[in-house]
Amino acid sequence: MRYVDHDLVVKRMGGRKIVNYLFKGLFMLATTIALLALAILLYRIVTQGAGNLSWEFLNNFASRFPEKAGIKAALIGSLWLMAVVAPTSIILGVGSAIYLEEYAKKNRMTAFIRTNISNLAGVPSVVFGLLGLTIFVRALSLGNSVLAAGFTMSLLILPVIIVAAQEAIRAVPNELRDASLGMGATKWQTIVRIILPAAIPGILTGSILALSRAIGETAPLIVIGVPVIIQFLPSGVMDTFTALPMQIYDWSSRPQQEFQAVAAAGIIVLMAVLLTMNSIAALIRNKFQKRY
Amino acid sequence: MRPSVQEMIAQSKGKKSKKIIEKIIPILLFLIASVSVLTTIGIVLTLIVETFTFFSRVSFIDFIAGTTWLPFSNKEAQYGILPLIVGTLKITLIAVIVAVPIGIGAAIYLSEYASETVRRIVKPVLEILAGVPTIVYGFFALTFVTPVLQGLFPEIKIFNAISPGIVVGIMIIPMIASLSEDAMSSVPRQIRDGALAMGSTKFEVATKVILPAALSGIVASVVLAVSRAIGETMIVSLAAGSTPRFDGDFTGSIQTMTSYIVQVSKGDAGYGTTIYYSIYAVGFTLFIFTMLMNILATYVSKRFKEEY
Repeated sequence: MRYVDHDLVVKRMGGRKIVNYLFKGLFMLATTIALLALAILLYRIVTQGAGNLSWEFLNNFASRFPEKAGIKAALIGSLWLMAVVAPTSIILGVGSAIYLEEYAKKNRMTAFIRTNISNLAGVPSVVFGLLGLTIFVRALSLGNSVLAAGFTMSLLILPVIIVAAQEAIRAVPNELRDASLGMGATKWQTIVRIILPAAIPGILTGSILALSRAIGETAPLIVIGVPVIIQFLPSGVMDTFTALPMQIYDWSSRPQQEFQAVAAAGIIVLMAVLLTMNSIAALIRNKFQKRY
Repeated sequence: MRPSVQEMIAQSKGKKSKKIIEKIIPILLFLIASVSVLTTIGIVLTLIVETFTFFSRVSFIDFIAGTTWLPFSNKEAQYGILPLIVGTLKITLIAVIVAVPIGIGAAIYLSEYASETVRRIVKPVLEILAGVPTIVYGFFALTFVTPVLQGLFPEIKIFNAISPGIVVGIMIIPMIASLSEDAMSSVPRQIRDGALAMGSTKFEVATKVILPAALSGIVASVVLAVSRAIGETMIVSLAAGSTPRFDGDFTGSIQTMTSYIVQVSKGDAGYGTTIYYSIYAVGFTLFIFTMLMNILATYVSKRFKEEY
């Protein structure tokens, strides 16, 4: 008895192969379209903005005249913002991760905190802006200062840092923990001297990527009321400031054609900052991450 | 004479400061971990309290069933949120039409067809696409996609729903592609090899074996991407315009929930005005939409997960 009708298989094989190749082409096309979109995006921005990039552009304040407009206040403002966001979010994020991985008991409270973190990651950034506006700007009367914006951004990227730090801590093998505890170290000594040093590359990589998200975020800053035309640099965390994405948003939304080129130049600066941060993250990951 | 190890241990155990540290640290860390919970509570409370004030001035029924959104009218302001929801849905619809076929197509290619080398190059490049700030996408929509579309279809206005919709789609492609690829890659190799050994083509393996097995992960990735599209702010603020409308037109200026919040925040709606409180009511609606999507994604990926 024949289980397989050989003639039928042969007859159909050609068609099935054609369908296979056809769809392979389609799937490849889909991938290419996605990559092409990125290529066009980068190409457009570089060609539009490169002409405006100059030392003056980096060193001038915002201006009504496109040829005089510069990005100094925004660039320095973004650095100020990072000076608040980086310590705040990393301390909160790593602290939470240590608690969840090393101390938390498996109970409903812990499960609740975990679910809460993943839900928080899905809240739109503009809603974080509303939180910042109500709590930091108004209730704590921080105004539209570096501090208010920095706290808002810290909460926004907190879930990302927690998850990254959790993964890094989880990747430290239990043998190291047990050895340290077995030698008589206390739990906290083990965490500070054994686990954190081993997990730091992973934590840093995740944190830098999260910070680069905070640098590019615009919506929360608008809601908080961060101004755009600023002719001075902040001298402390309580000063008002502006940031790169705010400045780019302002230039992009102006009707004059000339300002679009200025906006593109601003985007190049922003993307250069992001690229630098991402390269540092990749470098740390490749260089220091130990595989156990 | 040096103390013996036992003496050292005894000495160290006697230190009070160490004991105190061991007791305080867990409490301190717990407090830090509860910041994320406090954040959620803060968001929900903020939205509820301010929305409550809003509803003391505008009737709830008018808000959720009204088809006119005219907050800046001097005569009689109207707060019917449906036009903003329609605007958001228009953007989401176009984004999904763009992103789902491309994202899942790319995921199938990377997981089933591509060589290891191609995958190792393409995946990080797609992640770059995910890391591009939304303001950059907004600029791209306004200065490139819209003019190109206008060249093809002259009836499209400078502010429209199509261009930002497409660009939001491009923005969420990496999310769908990456999460779906993860889901497909986690289908065990034996199942794939089994199907191939029975004489299936790769396409048949992908559609008849891998897709059904990874469906929960794929659906979850799409739902999460939809949630991102609903909450996307800068692309629509720059390229979609600011005309709340309750119709099916995609070629003209629209307004979404997110871009309304930005429009009010940019202007000087004084603290305490009804317009000021309206951004919380809109923000709350937006929050509920995205929250439902996120819960749905978690549910789908847990409930329908195939275990191997």
